[in-house]
Amino acid sequence: MKYSFAIAVAWIAVLGVARAAEVSSFTLDNGMEVVVLEDNRAPVVVHMVWYRVGSADEPPGKTGIAHFLEHLMFKGTETTAPREFSEVIAANGGSENAFTSPDYTAYFQRIAADRLELMMKYEADRMVNLKLLEEDVATEREVVLEERNQRVDGDPGSIFTEQRRAAQYINHPYGNPVIGWRHEIMGLTLEDAKAFYRDHYAPNNAVLVVAGDASPEEVRRLAETYYGVIPPNPDIGPRVRPADPPHRVERRLHFEDPRISQPYVIRTYLAPERDSGDQEEAAALFLLSRLLGGSSATSVLGQSLQFEKQIAIHTSAFYSATSYDDNTFGLFVVPAPGYSLEEVEEALDSTLDAFLQDGIDEVQLARIKSQHRASDIYAKDNLQNLARTYGAALTSGLTVADVEAWPDIVAAVTADEILSAARRVLDREKSVTGWLSGPEATEEEVMQ
Amino acid sequence: MTRILIALVFAFVASFPARAAVDIEEVTSPGGITAWLVQEHTIPFAAIEIRFRGGTALDLPGKRGAINMMTALIEDGSGDMDAQAFARAREELAARISFGAREDSINVSAQFLTENRDASIALLRQALVSPRFDDDAIERVREQILSGIQSDALDPNEIASRTFDRLTFEDHPYGSSPDGTVESVAALTRDDMVEAHRMSLARDRIYVAAVGDITPEELATLLDDLLGDLPETGAPQVADADYLLEPGITVVPFDTPQSVAVFGHEGIDRDDPDFFSAFVANEIFGARGLQSRLMEEIRVKRGLTYGVGAYLALKDRAALIFGQVATANERMAETIEVLRNEWTQIAEEGVTEDELTSAKTYITGAYPLRFDGNAQIAGIMASMQMAGLPIDYIATRNDKIEAVTLADIRRVAARIYRPEDLHVVVVGQPVGLEPSN
Repeated sequence: MKYSFAIAVAWIAVLGVARAAEVSSFTLDNGMEVVVLEDNRAPVVVHMVWYRVGSADEPPGKTGIAHFLEHLMFKGTETTAPREFSEVIAANGGSENAFTSPDYTAYFQRIAADRLELMMKYEADRMVNLKLLEEDVATEREVVLEERNQRVDGDPGSIFTEQRRAAQYINHPYGNPVIGWRHEIMGLTLEDAKAFYRDHYAPNNAVLVVAGDASPEEVRRLAETYYGVIPPNPDIGPRVRPADPPHRVERRLHFEDPRISQPYVIRTYLAPERDSGDQEEAAALFLLSRLLGGSSATSVLGQSLQFEKQIAIHTSAFYSATSYDDNTFGLFVVPAPGYSLEEVEEALDSTLDAFLQDGIDEVQLARIKSQHRASDIYAKDNLQNLARTYGAALTSGLTVADVEAWPDIVAAVTADEILSAARRVLDREKSVTGWLSGPEATEEEVMQ
Repeated sequence: MTRILIALVFAFVASFPARAAVDIEEVTSPGGITAWLVQEHTIPFAAIEIRFRGGTALDLPGKRGAINMMTALIEDGSGDMDAQAFARAREELAARISFGAREDSINVSAQFLTENRDASIALLRQALVSPRFDDDAIERVREQILSGIQSDALDPNEIASRTFDRLTFEDHPYGSSPDGTVESVAALTRDDMVEAHRMSLARDRIYVAAVGDITPEELATLLDDLLGDLPETGAPQVADADYLLEPGITVVPFDTPQSVAVFGHEGIDRDDPDFFSAFVANEIFGARGLQSRLMEEIRVKRGLTYGVGAYLALKDRAALIFGQVATANERMAETIEVLRNEWTQIAEEGVTEDELTSAKTYITGAYPLRFDGNAQIAGIMASMQMAGLPIDYIATRNDKIEAVTLADIRRVAARIYRPEDLHVVVVGQPVGLEPSN
């Protein structure tokens, strides 16, 4: 293996060709996984640390603590001043960000390639040496509450999404919002943040992704120097979350808000996600989402509801393939003027019935597959997104091998497999159907 | 400890070759169309970015929304293909083609695989040169646009921006939504689409950039194939927009727990000799994310908001300095007070030596990092051409940043930050805030 690598390097040196995104991976002795996407087109590197902990791993009554801790991770450590890391990044022309999902919390920087070591030094430091002060916690909680105001409470569409998701899961914490419920955010304390940090932030619960102008050898040397010296936390075991019982009853919600002028209907079904070594069903569902709701001019829903019946102005289908536990497959329809939500929902169901009856247009399936193959080529152009693909997969129970196998698995899915996956998943008993609309028009308004 | 470390970092930076490795060549087609090209043969695809100067500002009186609607219809049928046939052809080629109407330009972004280049370009050419504007497509797109306009009317962010624009530019196209109104869009006809197309997509206003797996010779041929059949000239560009905003506070009552504010006043043109000083000053003041003064004072110290910023808006026919912030209704008055104080302070005192040094290292260091990916670089190069920047601009830009002095900032800050001219539009139910006009 080492030998063939040397040959590859020599070959590239001779041709003078820059390489785009060569993938390698290894694990440090303390259990930290490392993925390197080498791409020498520009002297830039993306450095990301992903923790295998998200909002679905929060203790009961502490929703929002994963995201709150993400904010507090910028407050300095035992040896660095508050926001010093951010200032160093900025002073070096870099940019940074962090995000929390139900399944992961990730921190990343994009910076000149020769600053990689500096990034690792700081990121490794805050993996274990975070220092939190009571006053920082109080101010930052206000910031998070304003963030919640901005993202959710001021936006009826987001309130609706939050309520639908709560209805989708009977017992699993995917039913909680990532940012947390307002009343629980208000009660989050310094001790809560410290406990969550202590329980989950450790090298054996983290994945390092480095993408850009850095060789796997250099990344390994630096990672061993900075991350490799941090002892693992032996108390971190497998992630076990409360599971849902079988879903036996379809759930329906109707949310009215005066700020809504355009009503819509959205339905989500509980759906299996990609599992390591077992991605076939997810690949079929991914293609099903493209067939039903890809481009409106070629998809099943678009052709039927927008072009033929002309009772909808938007249609789409979506599927969360990469996730630690079962997620959702969804359908979305916006009625054209003069059509009720009831009418478009009926039309949606009759279109789904006809699709399951008539089968799949093989020519359209071939088009979707060729687009998917091309998307792999286009994806190489955006290194940061590519790095995110690996980070999200590895914190959702998948491996590098699973990520690399995915395109071929998608290419091999047959029309019959898609149809049988559709019959299993499009089960109303496991679904939540939501209607969002403005308030019912009063009689007077109707008469105008 | 901290101080030593920072010093080390700066020493580090001094040796940093802050240069973007972007090798731009100018390509002129036999038909006389010019494009900027960066060859990048690593990945077998190319990105092309085309800009037509003018955009939605060219809408004729009474026809607001025509250019936006026309742009949306370009991919809804052309040549002998209806909307569905066009979408199928695009999917078969796995080409990515998108059209966007902006205030000052119509933007066309395309990415195509090398193996499908000719067919992809032929498809794009057909869309640009011979859109059909079928009646059923017009009705379909009209309903989508009307739905968006009605939703925007109930969105506090949109209401704030629209109110600010209307008070600032009134009847100039910059003063109203490019989408048009319910009434203007309802009245648009197929003839209006044909006219909007004739006015906007012409060769006298075109800027092209290409990045990726394509040679100069191939690009030269492609340019004539793609754009050679467009009309020579389009509609005249609009006049400069008069700045009509009075100082004060406007409150638009809206039932929401969090108020949204848009604030600002007249700004500075890109061709102003002090532009680079103004740019650096404003990075420190409001544009550089969490490190900016506004973020420090309003978010970090007081926890009043999740995000606040201030930016230099460079429109073709106007310049603004403006920003946005959202906070709980009870805290908007305090937020605006802090904002005003910051505005006054930078105007009176400029910035500190430390702030200037750190901003320069940040701005010059971040610049090369922008040139990341074919589509991204194509977009930057098209914008550079539209702004009239020279082809060697990238190599000299950081020198202009480095040349900015503390005295420059002081002079320009006193000129561009004018607390007495500040206007704040608040949408929500702010407590203790009196509208002043």
